[in-house]
Amino acid sequence: MKKIVVLAKQVPDTANITGDAMKPDGTVNRSALPAIYNPEDLNALEMGLTIRDELGGEVFVITMGPAKAVEILKHSLYMGADHVFLITDRKFAAADTLATSYVLAEAIKKIGNVDLVLAGRQAIDGDTAQVGPQVAEKIDYNQVTYVSALKEISDDYLIVERDGEVQTEVIKVGFPVLLTVTAEANTPRFPNCRRMLHYFRADLAENFSDDKKELAKENNWIIPTLSMEDLELVEDRCGLKGSPTKVHKIKSITLKGGDLKMYGTETTDIKQLVRDIMKDYVEVN
Amino acid sequence: MKAVVFIEKNPVNNQLRRVSLELVHKAYTLVHPLGGEVTGIFTGDSLPENSDELFKYGLNRLLYYTDERLIYLHSIAYKHILEAMIRAEEPEIVLFGATHTGRDVAPLIASSLKTGMTADCTQLFIDEFKDKGKILYQVRPAFGGNILATIITPDHRPMMATVREGVMLLPDEKLDNPVRTEVFPVDFNDLWIKSEFLEIVPKIKKVDFNSANIIVSGGAGVGSKENFRLIRELARALGGEVGASRAAVDFGYIEKDHQIGQTGSVVRPRLYIACGISGQIQHRAGMEEARKIIAINKDPEAPIFNIAHMGVVGDLNEIIPIMLRYLSEED
Repeated sequence: MKKIVVLAKQVPDTANITGDAMKPDGTVNRSALPAIYNPEDLNALEMGLTIRDELGGEVFVITMGPAKAVEILKHSLYMGADHVFLITDRKFAAADTLATSYVLAEAIKKIGNVDLVLAGRQAIDGDTAQVGPQVAEKIDYNQVTYVSALKEISDDYLIVERDGEVQTEVIKVGFPVLLTVTAEANTPRFPNCRRMLHYFRADLAENFSDDKKELAKENNWIIPTLSMEDLELVEDRCGLKGSPTKVHKIKSITLKGGDLKMYGTETTDIKQLVRDIMKDYVEVN
Repeated sequence: MKAVVFIEKNPVNNQLRRVSLELVHKAYTLVHPLGGEVTGIFTGDSLPENSDELFKYGLNRLLYYTDERLIYLHSIAYKHILEAMIRAEEPEIVLFGATHTGRDVAPLIASSLKTGMTADCTQLFIDEFKDKGKILYQVRPAFGGNILATIITPDHRPMMATVREGVMLLPDEKLDNPVRTEVFPVDFNDLWIKSEFLEIVPKIKKVDFNSANIIVSGGAGVGSKENFRLIRELARALGGEVGASRAAVDFGYIEKDHQIGQTGSVVRPRLYIACGISGQIQHRAGMEEARKIIAINKDPEAPIFNIAHMGVVGDLNEIIPIMLRYLSEED
């Protein structure tokens, strides 16, 4: 029986955003962006579900974010998560990795006796890969980052493969431990149809009318939230206040105009292109 | 102003990683004009064979602690040792390479020191900030490279940053700083060893961008894994290396080792031929320093043409075969 916590993040789909989505203070206007489940967090969830299915236990998915982030929690329920929590508070806004890891670490402590924490290696909006390790430091767990495969599951240990960049490392770790997981580790399962039919109604308590609340409760449709107060957090360590790094300036990328020479698509044009490439190459050498 | 740089070696060949030299030199250019010094911090099983090289790039002192168990990345041990070195040095600036080791250990230390850390910086400079005096300005791409953010850590010390290999340039001229290495005393706690490393398999490096003068890259516009063969053939015909955009890797056209861009390799070849690559900033972050850029793309509006020096608007599946035929005629 293992108690497993997966750290998930809702992220803007970075392939489809522009600089217009920035607020004047330099932080991101997330509500203006299409939002998705951070891809590698799905790999972390898949690993958590695999381990639970083998050893028994429970998978908790927690995310820090605005109300809109319930979407990824619902998706987690569809995939098979046992419990989900939305960690949300206005005071959490504009948190850097230090402030974010503080809140997540406290939530993990609140859940209590957690054997395994899993997170995606990094989120596609910031690409920092810092929150996982910073949570591990705060809850004083051992960590393995860049986990690219799960080789063996047992009650007393896991054997994982780590992508060590120049080498692959096969590592045996006992519990408790925090792992950050890469996209290579597995293929996240599809949402389960039966669970989808059941949980598509899941939502925050405030979105159920009073006469529906009982029914929602009986069916586990209410997605619980945790606020700064619920977690008994120190306000100065949350959000913008608790973030040592500040965004000083934001610049949207503008393209510089080059001295571009265009070629046609006829054979003679392409031959000329190849000749020019070769000539240029010889010259710069 | 004092700077500390994490020194890292490649465990496979026992040599310094290039990013360590790059960061020592960067730290030197940041703090030397202000009369500051650069200290390297290292832990592992043994010093890298060529650690003296560091002093030619501006290092003043190298602190190290070795233990044969540290041949493996025991994160908790690395964290305790390196953090103790940083605390002893009290630097304003700490730089780590954004390697799989740096990105494992540096956030643990930043968390423990309760200070700010900025990942994957592409520019670092020092300037005045309000009443805080001189601080480190850290520029990095964010949101898939759609924006460039300048991040500062005004009120906490040290100011920590990671930088990827290949981003900072090595100088042509070397210095003759004297070699000064010092063992840093550590009260090693066996409880810091928490993982058991069962097996180490060196990765056979299939892609070598560092020594490639020509890179031929394919993107989403290549269209299929089969079509990607053309990219490989053109690279082979030109004696170059094969690159790819994140999209091409995500679509499974080619292995991740070939990825160029913000989340792949950063390259500076003499010639960069971008085929079916639209030129998202994500990709440009990894290749726009190429001496000459040639773009082949169906879409005349593709942003790649804004940074290219030569361009063809057309179908790469028709154009590359003509190039290949011409190149073989040349032989």
